[in-house]
Amino acid sequence: MSSAIAVHDLRKSYGTTDALRGITFDVERGEVFGLLGPNGAGKTTAVEILEGYRRRDGGTVEVLGFDPARSPRRFRERIGVVLQQSELWPMLTVREVHRLFAGYYPHPRDIDEVIDLVGLGEKRDARVKTLSGGQKRRLDLGIALVGDPELVFLDEPTTGFDPAARRAAWGMIRSLRELGKTVLLTTHYLDEAQQLADRVAVLRGGLILRLGSPSELTASTRAVIRFREAGVEQSIETDEPTRTLHELTGRALAQGLELDGLEVRRSSLEDVYLDLVGEEGDA
Amino acid sequence: MSLFVHQLRAEQLVFWRSREAAIFIFIFPPLLFLLLGSVYGEGDIDGHPVTSYLVAGMLGYAVANTAFGGLAIQLVIRREYGILKRIRSTPLPPSLYLSCALVSNVLVYVLQAAVVVALGLTLYDAERPAATASLVAVLALGAVSFAGLGFGAAALIRSSDAVAAVVNVVVLPMSFLSGAFGSTEGYPSALQAVADVLPLTYFLDLTLAAYVDGQAPWDDPGAVGILAAWGAVGYLVAVRRFGWEPRER
Repeated sequence: MSSAIAVHDLRKSYGTTDALRGITFDVERGEVFGLLGPNGAGKTTAVEILEGYRRRDGGTVEVLGFDPARSPRRFRERIGVVLQQSELWPMLTVREVHRLFAGYYPHPRDIDEVIDLVGLGEKRDARVKTLSGGQKRRLDLGIALVGDPELVFLDEPTTGFDPAARRAAWGMIRSLRELGKTVLLTTHYLDEAQQLADRVAVLRGGLILRLGSPSELTASTRAVIRFREAGVEQSIETDEPTRTLHELTGRALAQGLELDGLEVRRSSLEDVYLDLVGEEGDA
Repeated sequence: MSLFVHQLRAEQLVFWRSREAAIFIFIFPPLLFLLLGSVYGEGDIDGHPVTSYLVAGMLGYAVANTAFGGLAIQLVIRREYGILKRIRSTPLPPSLYLSCALVSNVLVYVLQAAVVVALGLTLYDAERPAATASLVAVLALGAVSFAGLGFGAAALIRSSDAVAAVVNVVVLPMSFLSGAFGSTEGYPSALQAVADVLPLTYFLDLTLAAYVDGQAPWDDPGAVGILAAWGAVGYLVAVRRFGWEPRER
């Protein structure tokens, strides 16, 4: 079976600004794929081209076998979209909005099931204007799912959430994977990409700097051993953490010292990310 | 067809559920009619009760207020809030969305017109329309033409904060100049010259002719042509300039 999304050398400029300078990636069916990068990296431009909102200047794009620039109705029947910013009719209830959108699709899901899935069961009959910011985002997700799409686009789905709301949203996005959906997610939160995505493309300045699973992106990096000695923070970077740790603890034991706060860890995606994008300080 | 009904029902639900729309768009013209009728409702003009003229005038004010103003306000606000952009990614065909917005506003206007006529008949002894079928045809032509101007205005107005003000700055002076609130015979010639190019002037001519004199719209093809031409300009501007994405947010 072909990929859900195939992007080759995608380019887009706004006037003299190059938003995308030739990016290439594939998203497999059933995969959760993350586009990670600082503001202005080109994430939203890329997603909006794939959703059919913007025209590309160069390269080829195929989404579910369609060219999204033509955005035919059959294509729109099979995608679900959560925009970075959008509102819905404030005077309608959660249920009415779901029913309205369900009517646009040939094979909608049961609306009450969807409302429960996104955790708005208790707000079923509440008007949209009474919902909190986080609840409105869940409503956005609900109406993106109500048409039972194969592919769901989530453009910064948790921006502005408090930690509890973010964790709840992560749970919902994981449940999309269990439903067999393909998900394209943009985020500038590293932990979000690490938690949710099967693979991540790190984007900056309209280019993909790195592409792989979160563990692949961090695998090539060295381990870091941290501890405190006589109240002073120490850290050792090493390619051989077992040997280095053994030597360190052996020395400490011989001297009868306790190494406070001893830890060994791989660089997180965050370290890699900051290495990649942080140098020019535009994050 | 069922998708059309689904969408139209939603448009109606949104309209009537929104208190601002219901009050400013629907209630205001009949309210103004009640005020004008109680102040200027006495007497005859050319053998017809003056309230017949007031009814016809208010049908004109209402077409500008609802088919033009209400539609423009609704479209700009939805565009700037991102509702139109969100709808654009669903399978709902854009042409179907826009035609439902048009028909929904025309429905509101038809109801409004019925209320104004009923108030005129019951409270102020206005005459019944002299030619009902002609009147309905004129109102339909007017609603579709002013809706075209509403689409055009929505394409040109950038801001959801400004749209209601812009619409009122157009609708109220136009209604005054065209004679929706009373005869323009005493106006200075400069103002009458302005009135001579306004679409509402011709809509009011046609409405009065049907309501009071029982004439058919084709008795005045010039007025029909000018009104339709204004509408066509509106649709043309919309086709070239209308966008689905927020401009200011």
